[in-house]
Amino acid sequence: MTRYYRLVRWLVLALLLALLPAVALAQDDGTITDDEVNEVAKDLYCPVCESTPLDVCPTQACADWRELIRTKLAAGETRQDVLDYFARQYGDGVLADPPRHGASLVVLWVLPVLVVLLGALLFARLLRSMRATGPAATVAGMTGTVTTGTATTSTVATGMATTGMATTGTAASPPRADERRGDEALDDYIARVERELKE
Amino acid sequence: MSETIPTPTTPPAAEPAKARRPLRLSIILLWVGVIALIALLGWGLLNSTATRPEVGQQAPDFDVEFFDGYDWDGRTTANLADMRGQVVVLNFWASWCVECRDETPMLEAAWQRYAGQGVVVLGVAYADVEPNSLAYMKEFGVSFPHAPDLGTDISQTYEITGVPETFIIDKDGIIRHVQIGAVNTAMLDQIIPQLLAQ
Repeated sequence: MTRYYRLVRWLVLALLLALLPAVALAQDDGTITDDEVNEVAKDLYCPVCESTPLDVCPTQACADWRELIRTKLAAGETRQDVLDYFARQYGDGVLADPPRHGASLVVLWVLPVLVVLLGALLFARLLRSMRATGPAATVAGMTGTVTTGTATTSTVATGMATTGMATTGTAASPPRADERRGDEALDDYIARVERELKE
Repeated sequence: MSETIPTPTTPPAAEPAKARRPLRLSIILLWVGVIALIALLGWGLLNSTATRPEVGQQAPDFDVEFFDGYDWDGRTTANLADMRGQVVVLNFWASWCVECRDETPMLEAAWQRYAGQGVVVLGVAYADVEPNSLAYMKEFGVSFPHAPDLGTDISQTYEITGVPETFIIDKDGIIRHVQIGAVNTAMLDQIIPQLLAQ
């Protein structure tokens, strides 16, 4: 009995060993797996739905496209060959990574670079103008002159102006013509109101 | 008593010109950049707002290369402009489109009925796989000219919203009817004779 079982064991082992090359051949018979198809399909987009990669798209159109990928891979075409075929047949819009020419080059590459360059230029210009003038100098530059008004000495006022400080209090700008006109009108108005109140 | 004195902050006249020279170049560059940016945005906006051709408008021209075994007037390639003087029934379809299966026999019947009277029924397969398109046409015994929409150029030009979709174009190349969804025999028999009579 033991001899018989041993013989059966050896026969089974021999049979399995004989089947191994057949199994290996069966796996390499040109059958393209779903994973291999999806490896290409993930770089393509559904032709009829918005922003859906082909490998996860449930429509019949996508299923047809995946079958076409399988057929082309089985015929020995490379991944790039298949992508090129789809771009040629259905346009660059079906590619997940469309070639950079024409409108896509401008929108995806030129425009962002242009925006960054413009921003840098604006920032540099702003920095330069801030460095050149400074906030206080801007105030002095705006007035151009500083009046001493009733200040005891003009030296004080000019000294303050040098340091970029505008004088206040006793130092005041002389009223401009329109301000003077405004003051006179206000005085007239107050006088009229007072007169009316007395009456 | 007020007196105005000039402040020492007022720079000499020659200095600012020197300092501003590089600044002017940057301003020019800045403006060029801003104008280019606005032009680009405007161009993008114009492209995005391009509308589909409507009834009463000239039908946009396009080229087609017919499927193997199909032709128009003995030609394997054609152009919409070549069909001027004929009523053109431009039909977008696909083998995966369920609704298309209802209208294809009607289009074939219309082609059989009106072909000799100056009507072209032109099928354009949208986003379809060629073997499936050919199998579909064989299944329905389609004999009217059929072509794939290479690069989806034609469907993009006509801004189709899906399939089936049909544009009926008169002898002068003006779009006279747009059908979103399947056409039917009654509709074709009403529109085509009217356009032939014009």
